[in-house]
Amino acid sequence: MSIDTETAARVAKLARIRVDDADLPALAQEFNTILGFIEQLGEVDVDGVEPMVSVTPMRLKRREDVVTDGNMADKILSNAPDAREGFFAVPKVVE
Amino acid sequence: MTDPTDLTIAEARDRLRARDISAPELTEACLSAAQEAGALNAFVHSTPDTALDQARAADERLAKGDAPAMCGIPLGIKDLFCTRGAPSQAASGILKGFRPEYESTVTQKLFDAGAVMLGKLNMDEFAMGSSNETSVYGNAVNPWRRKGDDTPLTPGGSSGGSAAAVAAGLCLGATGTDTGGSIRQPAAFTGITGLKPTYGRCSRWGIIAFASSLDQAGPMTRTVRDAAIMATAMCGHDPKDSTSADLAVPDFEAMLTGDIRGKVIGIPREYRMDGMPDEIETLWTRGREMLADAGAEIHDISLPHTKYALPTYYVIAPAEASSNLARYDGVRYGHRAKLDAGDGITEMYEKTRAEGFGAEVKRRVMVGTYVLSAGFYDAYYNRARKVRTLIKRDFEQVFADGVDAILTPATPSAAFGLGEMAQADPVEMYLNDVFTVTVNLAGLPGISVPAGLNDQGLPLGLQLIGRPWEEGDLLNTAYALEQAAGFVAKPAKWW
Repeated sequence: MSIDTETAARVAKLARIRVDDADLPALAQEFNTILGFIEQLGEVDVDGVEPMVSVTPMRLKRREDVVTDGNMADKILSNAPDAREGFFAVPKVVE
Repeated sequence: MTDPTDLTIAEARDRLRARDISAPELTEACLSAAQEAGALNAFVHSTPDTALDQARAADERLAKGDAPAMCGIPLGIKDLFCTRGAPSQAASGILKGFRPEYESTVTQKLFDAGAVMLGKLNMDEFAMGSSNETSVYGNAVNPWRRKGDDTPLTPGGSSGGSAAAVAAGLCLGATGTDTGGSIRQPAAFTGITGLKPTYGRCSRWGIIAFASSLDQAGPMTRTVRDAAIMATAMCGHDPKDSTSADLAVPDFEAMLTGDIRGKVIGIPREYRMDGMPDEIETLWTRGREMLADAGAEIHDISLPHTKYALPTYYVIAPAEASSNLARYDGVRYGHRAKLDAGDGITEMYEKTRAEGFGAEVKRRVMVGTYVLSAGFYDAYYNRARKVRTLIKRDFEQVFADGVDAILTPATPSAAFGLGEMAQADPVEMYLNDVFTVTVNLAGLPGISVPAGLNDQGLPLGLQLIGRPWEEGDLLNTAYALEQAAGFVAKPAKWW
């Protein structure tokens, strides 16, 4: 299977990364190289094999469903490119 | 008196406890060595004030005679670790200016043990790379050079700054992280020791995520003993990481007896790659002989799915990365692109991510997006997860047959020149991790030990792979190998 520039553009859109039209053919070519390398997984007999969920079989720990942290809005906003009145600010989302 | 920056962690600990040297003296010696070493581009953010405060506090503990092994030991911290108040940007433009309000569990544990942070170390962007050439800070440079040739070489990656700093004597040890070989490959390229513990041994909390099912932190040091000391301080259960193992951490140093008589060492035939350079083949054979001479039993073994490890990795790691890196959207931290009139939120995301991420990171995020997209999820992602099960099963089988550790080369070559791979396609660079990536897929502990120099005078490493949770036993085998190899070479100072 081979990736064309249209597919490359769709993937870039899904990944929310702007790619100039002029760069799409080179990107598609790189995808094809990488996917060509990955294709060899098709040779492996995986009938009846479970996909790995966790590399170490372990039961995830549970904890009490209680608040353990909080009241630090200032710290959370301290790295924001644009924070106003205790909120993250973004361009207009709804009309 | 020897230069304090030449001390191992074990020697420095003993001298500090004997009050033979003070923690501030040792820290100042490292800070000035780091300052003179700008040409290596290993330290990318220096934190001298923090370092001296920590060193003075360590000295007080030492004076009271109640000091853990890492107390007063100057370390470099990979830029992937969030360190409170200090730049932590994973060598990415998208996290420019980010100063975390919290401390990663691993660095907190090191600081609780009295360790000193000199600064943050260079790396490949988001730990994606094998040569430290994808960093927003520019290349880190290997302190080693080929004989009679001053071509700048890569220190390896992604923990390239960590490897360069430890090898050049800018710090006594450094933290690294390893997703596909990022501790062990740079350790091999710079003639130092690098340990990747079992998945779940070190908490991932506060370490900027690349591929969460593979990422694991570990120590990079000059000796196996130092790796044991530093790993003891780094490991341990953390309720803030749900995959962190609730297991006691032994004193790894106390397990270094050097006695490996009767241990069974497996030599996997699938690691004998076509076109493997003679120097690697020779080193591997010598490693086998050294372990046999130390009393180990050597068995030829088979790990039949080895050849599928890299393609499996290049599905799973990008898939997880595409999900983990979705958080860099220009809203909560780091870079936000300048917007044009009329741009909405989607343009903000797309422009921010296009400007903030480098080429390799974009490539992997997009490959990950593709393999997870509707219609391809089963063919790529689920198939890779099934092959991963088989890769792990290969190891379980040989361990069940009585193998204690597996010996392989650490890398397919010695360090290469910076820029030498610029024209290569991405897959050629990925082949650097051919011997190390299986270990991450199977969640096992692995260690790279310097074992010799090639004809050009560059260090080469051997890798030992251990059973899950048996880092102590693995370190002991590595210790026996280190003693037999007697690697003492250091790079001649040119920086």
